Parts: sequence; structure tokens; C-alpha cells
Amino acid sequence: MKKIVSLTIALALCLVMASACFAEGETFKIGGIGPMTGGAAIYGTAAMNGAQIAVDEINAAGGINGVQVEFRAEDDTHVAETALNAYNTLKDWGVQAIVGTVTTAPCIAVSAEANSDRVFMLTPSASSTDVIADKDMMYQVCFTDPNQGIASADYMKANMPDAQIAVIYKNDDAYSQGIRDTFVSEAEANGQSIVYEGTFTEDTQTDFSVQVKAAQDAGADMVFLPMYYTPASVILKQANDIGYAPTFFGVDGMDGILTVEGFDTSLAEGVMLLTPFSADATDDLTVSFVTKYNELYGETPNQFAADGYDAVYILKAAIEAAGCTPDMDAATICEALVGVMPTISVDGLTGQGMTWAATGEVSKAPMAVVIKDGVYALP
Amino acid sequence: MKGLKKTTKVDFATYIGVTIAFIVMYILQSGKHLSNSLSGQLVPICCFIAMAVSLNLVVGISGELSLGHAGFMSVGAFSGVVAGMSLSNVIPSVPVRLAIALIVGALFAAVAGIIVGVPVLRLRGDYLAIVTLAFGQIIKDLINCLIVGYDSRGLHIIFNVSGLKSVTDLHLEEGGKAIIKGAQGAVGVTKMASFPAGYILVMITLIVVLNMVRSSTGRSIMAIRDNRIAAESVGLNITKYKLIAFVTSAALAGAAGALYGLNYGSLVSSRFDFNTSILILVYVVLGGLGNIWGSVIGATVLYILPEMLRSFSNYRMLIYAVVLILVMLLTNNEQFKRWRGSMAEKLGRGKRAEGGV
Amino acid sequence: MVFFSYLISGISLGSVYAIIALGYTMVYGIAKMLNFAHGDVIMVGGYVCYCALSYLNLPAIVAVPLAMIACTALGVIIEGLAYRPLRQAGSLAVLITAIGVSYFLQNGAQLIWSATPKNFASVVHFDLPESMTSLGLSSEAIVTVAACIVIMVVLTLFVNKTKLGKAMRCCSEDKGAAQIMGINVNRTISMTFAIGSALAAIAGVLLCSAYPTLQPTTGSMPGIKAFTAAVFGGIGSIPGAFLGGLLLGIIEAMAKAYISTNLANTIVFAVLIIVLLVRPTGLLGKYAPEKV
Repeated sequence: MKKIVSLTIALALCLVMASACFAEGETFKIGGIGPMTGGAAIYGTAAMNGAQIAVDEINAAGGINGVQVEFRAEDDTHVAETALNAYNTLKDWGVQAIVGTVTTAPCIAVSAEANSDRVFMLTPSASSTDVIADKDMMYQVCFTDPNQGIASADYMKANMPDAQIAVIYKNDDAYSQGIRDTFVSEAEANGQSIVYEGTFTEDTQTDFSVQVKAAQDAGADMVFLPMYYTPASVILKQANDIGYAPTFFGVDGMDGILTVEGFDTSLAEGVMLLTPFSADATDDLTVSFVTKYNELYGETPNQFAADGYDAVYILKAAIEAAGCTPDMDAATICEALVGVMPTISVDGLTGQGMTWAATGEVSKAPMAVVIKDGVYALP
Repeated sequence: MKGLKKTTKVDFATYIGVTIAFIVMYILQSGKHLSNSLSGQLVPICCFIAMAVSLNLVVGISGELSLGHAGFMSVGAFSGVVAGMSLSNVIPSVPVRLAIALIVGALFAAVAGIIVGVPVLRLRGDYLAIVTLAFGQIIKDLINCLIVGYDSRGLHIIFNVSGLKSVTDLHLEEGGKAIIKGAQGAVGVTKMASFPAGYILVMITLIVVLNMVRSSTGRSIMAIRDNRIAAESVGLNITKYKLIAFVTSAALAGAAGALYGLNYGSLVSSRFDFNTSILILVYVVLGGLGNIWGSVIGATVLYILPEMLRSFSNYRMLIYAVVLILVMLLTNNEQFKRWRGSMAEKLGRGKRAEGGV
Repeated sequence: MVFFSYLISGISLGSVYAIIALGYTMVYGIAKMLNFAHGDVIMVGGYVCYCALSYLNLPAIVAVPLAMIACTALGVIIEGLAYRPLRQAGSLAVLITAIGVSYFLQNGAQLIWSATPKNFASVVHFDLPESMTSLGLSSEAIVTVAACIVIMVVLTLFVNKTKLGKAMRCCSEDKGAAQIMGINVNRTISMTFAIGSALAAIAGVLLCSAYPTLQPTTGSMPGIKAFTAAVFGGIGSIPGAFLGGLLLGIIEAMAKAYISTNLANTIVFAVLIIVLLVRPTGLLGKYAPEKV
């Protein structure tokens, strides 16, 4: 009984603590949601770190319309339910716009809720079309999956029309599956030949020897890898182990492969990818971002970090264009931002002159690069 | 109250306690006195209370370690979502559809419970544990292969063994809607769950489990737990009673899963993996094996705890782990228990009241 | 030919499972507890070796023993702090504590080494002739299989021939009687954890050499698979863990190659269930008659 009493007291204390306290109207409150613990922690942490850098830069330069920005990142452990809890926590804090969520399934759940609450959301990296479907307050920084699948198929058609293509993809991941679906239908429409398709899941993403061998036996000379760079790096190694050397072709998730600590970059030699961001680019914006990120977090930023960084600047541009003030509530800001989003154009790390359709989809040009001597080069 | 047995009093205290908690929270929630964070957690808390109570029936009352309870939740969640979504044209009333979804979820999970239980309950101890774990994984993988959609012609289901099919292979008519997209799970689910529905679920779970425990069936189940051979020698049908406990527990988990699934806009089967099964087991063990009231409290506190630790940002889950280890050490270490007992005696409080069974 | 190369990839995967399963089975056989944190000790072993290799620039011959020492210490500390106080408590209490330890190690590792995966450079360096690589044989696979066999033989000899091994078997049979006979049960169990954790370090290094991404969750799935393998072979039995691990790896590779990559895990677990239904104590497990 005593246990129960003490637990109840603890619970009561928690309730008291939860009655929120916030000073209103002096700063813009921007919330971030992404997985920062668990298996997907790498994506959320990177995006939130990138966003934090952008917020710090904006504050140092005088804020948005002279108003400082507060940023608070919450963990969703890549679970829809926890993401909603994080969202509710942010609402208690008085959030006015949200950068997030980073991964697709939680984003669908949160955006449905935010749509009925009228809270503006801009996701750095949840790329499925389901994320933006039927919601006017939901915008994306990254390409949608179909976009990438079609672009990849068309690029191969134009440059390597006779390739025998194998596809290996992660079929419990909306991102990977989404790109594969449109890639395959576009390739079939183009008359390209797909000789093998292999799948893997979260639980089986440490060993690809079977899939790689099957692709080799099927005579594929081009292997399309619509996935993040972590499993891709294992595939490259295992292909190398059995002396299989086709052309590997990746999408934006592949970016970051050269920055994996300890990765033998010679394995990635000749890999092609479509990516909006490259940490090796030499323009001022990228160089300064990469340096800052390295100083603060001791790592080279990946595409998620760049997306998070851009997301904050896009919000800034939109807030400025709409002339929002920090004393407005989230719903008013949401309507104002929804009104201006299709009209603004932003230059960022992940694209020049990014514009948005009213559906929430971004328009920017993917860039095809090939890895030569451990760095990206134009093919 | 005087004429009632002690256990009956405890049962009524449980019902009343849960009802009072519900009324208080419901008034607070409708008056907007509750933080968004807490009011968003009410439905999942109800689901996990139902999960913990139903798992307690297997682990605490029947004495079999099950590591696959989330698998039944998963079956219930996905079948419930399919039922709830596909009937939207036929039955416009949301509460009715929710009730049907819960029943469908419970039925499917019960069927899964029978399929798993009949062969598995022959095994004992850790072997049973590993087989339930294996079933949890299998259920997860199988649901990953499901592609389900509906249109005016009815439900369309593909079982995607090769992994190469997608929603387009359903050939849905204009206006049709995909409900489950294979491993990407269910997306675009309409939120139907509500806190009162959660309360009803918890009450039904409690009434079913407590009544079963107090009935002759429950006494047989516990007799089998305490001494299987003695129970068998007085003519109890071991398999039958174990199966009753297991299937009832699975059905309740299915209903909880259906409510859970209909509370979120998206649902993926990887949510119901081994870690979730373990989490529910933690609620049960921490609340006290066989102690139903303890499961209710255990699930509530442990569900809220990680949310309350949000202010520790990166250290959140680390602190959660430490709390878990410390609580287990403090409540199970013999020396500490003795010390606590002697302290209690010194303070003259007398015997510690035991809740539950 | 193709079949043969799938078989090889199955065997090399299986021998990693087998090494992890050997650690599981040792601990289970003697301490009678399911140590769910074992998979995470593997991950720590991988990280320690990684740090020694790439930050301290130590050669593999030093880095691997260093990882073993670190894991041994970690195993003994975990046992002393978290499991020993619960020796008298029910097995479920220990199980939950082990899960707490597992969460702790995963989240601790994330704070120390960040969630960004590291690419583990293989510790095995020798080239194979072209004829062997074309079969899908890699140097890691050869080393893993060899290490696995050596460990299994040494462990069997250790448990059956040495005094400490005898003490372990005693504790496994009956802790009370062992204590009466003057065996220090606590120390014996500590030793078991030390050996199990040292094995986990080797498994971690070999796992990461063959499948080179290292992140805080690296150990969990192989941990569960190895646990399955240990049960498959008959938990508590050393040759059983070896056989179970190997078979599991082969079944997994074959299922991926010939049936469905989607359902590989399902097939592995289904085979496990069927085996347990036919032989309820696993392939090589001992049948313990019930006392009334």
C-alpha cells in the first residue's frame, strides 16, 4: 500500500509541475520534434542540431524582425505516440511554429493533430507524400519521395540506357519504399530493365550478403540503393568482399556516406547519387555551416542537419514576409504563414531559389554527383 | 461493506478508485485545466493499463512468462483500424464504429491467441518465454506484408510475401482508400479514440480479469500455477485453464490495441516489437505480480515518467533506466525488504496491507 | 555453386550468433537468468575496440584484448551492482533489472559516442585467393568460424576439466548444495559473467568486422537472435549454443535467398517454434524430470 501512496504522491507532484509557465509575447517560440534517442536518433539529433545553429545565428544577427527566437527540441524516439506527446509538451510551452517532425510515420500523426489545432509545421526531412496530403499547414524542406524516384530513373535512362538494374530497398521504411515504387514504375515506363529486387528491414539491416550475391547472379551492372547511408555502407563493403563492382546509385539519403567515421572511402569510389546537399561544397554558406557544426558537435553534418538548418531560415523568411509578431497565437501565425509560403523563395544549403506549391511540396533541383577520390564531383 | 469478503472489497475499491480518477481527470480535461501534454497521454495510458492488467492475467495469475504481448496488441490495432476505417461509409456514428473496431480487434487477437496458445502452452518457463517472443516477431513481420484497401466493392487484401507489391497492385476504384500500406503501416487513420472510451476499456478489462480471478476458473488457474502436478492429480485440465487465461488476455490486449491504433494518424507494426512487450512486462512486474490494482498504478506512473523527464533532454532515457534498476533493487532485495519491515514495525504501523490476490 | 555461396554467408553469420549464444548460455546455465543486457555488452565491446583502433591507433592485437578486458570489467560490475542483490528474488525481477541495464548501456553509449554510426574497420587483414572470394568466402568469415570453434572447444574443456568449471557445474545443479560443499557461489557466478562478457567482446569485434556499422543499438537484434539460437540448441548446453547459432545463420541466409527476404525472420522463428514443440528443451538440451 505504501508503494501505491508514494507513487500517487509522485504523480501529483508531476501534475503540479506540468501546469505550464511561460512569458508570452516577447520571443518567437519555435519547437522542434525528432528522434533523439533510439535507433533513429542520428536523424533527429542532426536535424535539431542544424536547426539550433540556425536559431543561434539568427539571434546573433538580431532575430526575426528584431525579435529573438527561442527554440526547443523534443525527442519522439521515432514513435508516433511519443511524437504526439512531444507535440503536446511543446503546445504547453506555447509553441508558435514547428520544425518537424524529422521522420515520416510520426510526422503523419503529428501533422493530423496540428492541422486541427492550426499550428504551422515545416518538416526538414519527412519526405512521404502522405505527410502533406490533405493538410494546408504542412510544408516540406526535402524532396518528396516520388520526385526522387522519377528523377533517378530518368537520369539513368538519359545517361546509362542499357543498364541492367538491381534495386535493394528497405521495405519497412516509407522513404525507401516510396522512392522504390515510383522508381520502378518510371523505369518500366521508360523501358529500362530491372533484373533483381531485394528487400531488407530494420531487423535485418546488418547483413546483405544474400541480396548482394543475388544481384550479382542476376547480372546487374547498376544497383539502385534508395536508402540511408548507414545500410548502404554495409552493402558497399559486402559487395567489395565478393568482388562485385557494379555502379551504385543512391538518392539524398546516401549523402553522408563519406563522413561516416572510420568508413573506407575507397569503397564508395564511383558511387553516384542525387543529392541536394553536399558537405564538401565550397560555397560560403556550406563552408561556414560545416565549420560551425564541426566545432559544436564534433561531427561533419549530414543532409538532415542541413535540412534542419534550412527549415529555420525558411520559417524566418516566411514570418518576415507575413509580418507576424510574437504576440500572435499559433493559429493566427499559421494562417499568415500558409498565405505566404507559396510566394516566397529561399536560398539555403539544400537548394538555391527553393519555392513551394500550396500543397506543401518544395521545388528545387536535385544534383547528380559521383564520388571520385573520396569527394563529390560532377559526372 | 461489512459482510463482504476482503478480496471483494479490494475489487470494489479498484473499480471505485479508477472511476474517481476518471471523473476527476475528465472534469479537469473538459475544463481545460489539464496541460496538453497530460491530456494527450490519457488515452494511451488507458490502453497500457488494459495491456498491463491483461498481461498480469498470464504472467501473474497463470504464472507463464509471455514476451509477446505486444503482438496481440498489434493484431488488435491493425484489425481494429481496418474495421474502423472501412465501415466509415456504412456506419456514420463514430462511437458505434469505435465499439465495433474494439470488438473486431479483440476477436482477431483472440483467434491469434488460440493459434499461438494451443501449441505453445505445452512448453514451460523460459522456453515458453522465447516462443512467445518469437510469435511477437512473427506477427510483426506478417503484418509488414499486409496491404489492405477498400473501395465501393469492399475490402481488398494482398499478402505481400515477395515484398515487391505495393498499394497500386490493389487496383482500387476511384474514391477507394488504402488503409494498410505494408510495412509503412496504416496512414491517414481517422482519430476516433477518446478518454471516456479508454475508461470503458479499462473498466471492462478490470471486470473481466477480476471476475475471472475470483471465479472457480481463476482458482483453478492459480492452483495450476502454484503446483501443476498437484492440480493435475485432482483432475484439472491444465491446457484448458491455461488456454482460457491466455486467450482472454490476448482478446483484451486486442481491444486495447484497437483503441490505441484509432488514437493516432499513423500506425506502424514496428511499434509493437519486443521492446513494447518488455515495457508492458515492466509495468506488470513493478506493479506487483498478480496484483491487478498494482498494474493499473504501475502502467500509469511508468507511462508518464519518461514524459516527465523531458526536461533532462538527452539524459532522459538514461535516468529512466536508472530509476528502473533502482526500483527493482529496492523492492526485491531481501536486505532492503527486511530493513524496511523493521522500520515499519518500529513506527508501529503493523502489518503492511497487501492489495490484490 | 550459388547454393554453396549462400551456405557460406549463412555459416559466417551463424558463427557470430554462435559466439554470442555461447555467452548467453554460460550465464543462463550457471546463474539461471536471462541476461538481456548481453547484446549491449557486445556493442560496448565494439565501441571500445573501435576507439582503441582509431583514436589511440593501437594495433588490433592490442585493441581486441583491451575490449575484452573492458567488457569483462563491465560484466563483473553489472553483476555485482545490479544482479547480485537480487540473487534471492524471483527470476522476473532479475529479468526486468537486466532490461534496465540494457536501456542504461544503450543510452549511455549514445551520450558517449553519439548516435551517428561509426564504420568499423575490419580487424582481420589478409587476402584470400581469387578462387575463394568468388565463392563468397571472406577473411572475416574464416576468422569468425575458426574463433567460434576454438571458443567452443576451450569452453567445453574448461567447464568439464578444470576445478572452476566443476564449481560452475555445481552451482548450476544446486546452489545451496554447492555452498555447503564450500564453493563460493557469488565468486563463481562473477567468474561466469566475466567469461561471458569477454566472449561478448570478441563477438562484438567479429560482428562489427563482418557487418561494419556500429551504433548504440547494434547489439540488440543480434542479442535476440543469439538468445534464440541458445534456446534452439538447448539453453545451458555449450555445444547446443554452437549448433543453434550455426543452424540459425544458415536458415536465415537460405530463407532470404530462396523464399523471401521479407519473411526471413519469420521463418527463423517458425523453425525455432517447431523444434521446441518436438523437442521442448531444444536440440541438445537436457531433459530434467520433474520432482513431485
